[in-house]
Amino acid sequence: MTAKRTKQAVLEQEFLSLRAKILELAAGLDRLDRAAGQRPDDGRPDQLDRAMRLLLDAGPARAERIQLVFSRDYDETWRLQFSV
Amino acid sequence: MYYIDPHIHMVSRTTDDYETLAKMGCVGVSEPAFWAGYDRGSAAGFRDYFEQLTAFEPKRAGWFGIQHYTWLCINAKEAENVVLARDVIAMIPQFLDRPGVLGIGEIGLNKNTRNEAIVFLEHIDLAMKTNEQILIHTPHLEDKYQGTRMILDMLTADSRIDRSRVLVDHVEEHTIRPVLEGGFWAGMTLYPVSKCTPQRAADMVEIYGPERLLVNSAGDWGPSKPTAVADFILEMRKRGHPEGLIRRVVYDNPLEFFGQSRNFAFAAPDV
Repeated sequence: MTAKRTKQAVLEQEFLSLRAKILELAAGLDRLDRAAGQRPDDGRPDQLDRAMRLLLDAGPARAERIQLVFSRDYDETWRLQFSV
Repeated sequence: MYYIDPHIHMVSRTTDDYETLAKMGCVGVSEPAFWAGYDRGSAAGFRDYFEQLTAFEPKRAGWFGIQHYTWLCINAKEAENVVLARDVIAMIPQFLDRPGVLGIGEIGLNKNTRNEAIVFLEHIDLAMKTNEQILIHTPHLEDKYQGTRMILDMLTADSRIDRSRVLVDHVEEHTIRPVLEGGFWAGMTLYPVSKCTPQRAADMVEIYGPERLLVNSAGDWGPSKPTAVADFILEMRKRGHPEGLIRRVVYDNPLEFFGQSRNFAFAAPDV
């Protein structure tokens, strides 16, 4: 049912876009480095570090795993705690 | 290609946007009740809003040949006020038989609080008593995974619910699988920064197939692109996907899902 592109085709179509996004990330991190003050310790810089390390992991599902880095934990006992 | 946008807030868009949508091939829009960007002060405010959704917006859409449908609720953000929420829920039945009203939505969670969960359950109860379809908003960003799991817990615990009549919207990579595996419909929202892109939505169609999947723009008063569904169509074409697959997601699937509502009357374009 769905067309399946080759890896070569995906690279041809997406290389420049991926390159641009990596540069955006790099420039954003450079901005953070150049900014005054200490690195905030509110957890977000660590989230960024963990997310970026996942980019270099072997797949699959990097996007899904990175989404979970930026997500609050789910507690299956929430209904008991809320009495709902 | 003709398409239907299953989730767009036209009340916050100019009339020019209807014209642009019509030129892009949009023939139908489904507009859930949502947060206007401020907290309304009374149930009377919601009455006026429901009047706008059910009477004026269909007329405005009709100027450009677009068929307009709507959903009613008090949204998750304002649901934190349980007293107000109950007044609004009590009023909703007065509007449910109006032409084009498809059901209860977009209900859901925002910050995943107890009050929000209480109001969500009371909306579900109303929907079950009046046999309505349900359209669900899942929270933004860091709250999405937790909130979606909580929503699915509440839905699956209620044996009255026909899961094929429920759309769980704004799914992303970490929430789509439990929604689909639960037997619900899943909506992918093409909204800048805080939600999905046409490329990632195309990825999810490739991974999960087109069954029970919808794409929408959720165009609203924030930075958004009401023509985003057309962007998805183009992305799918660039990847070489057949027209039949694309049409299934952007036209046939919305018709199949909405066709389960008693007030859904759709005049298909003459092709």
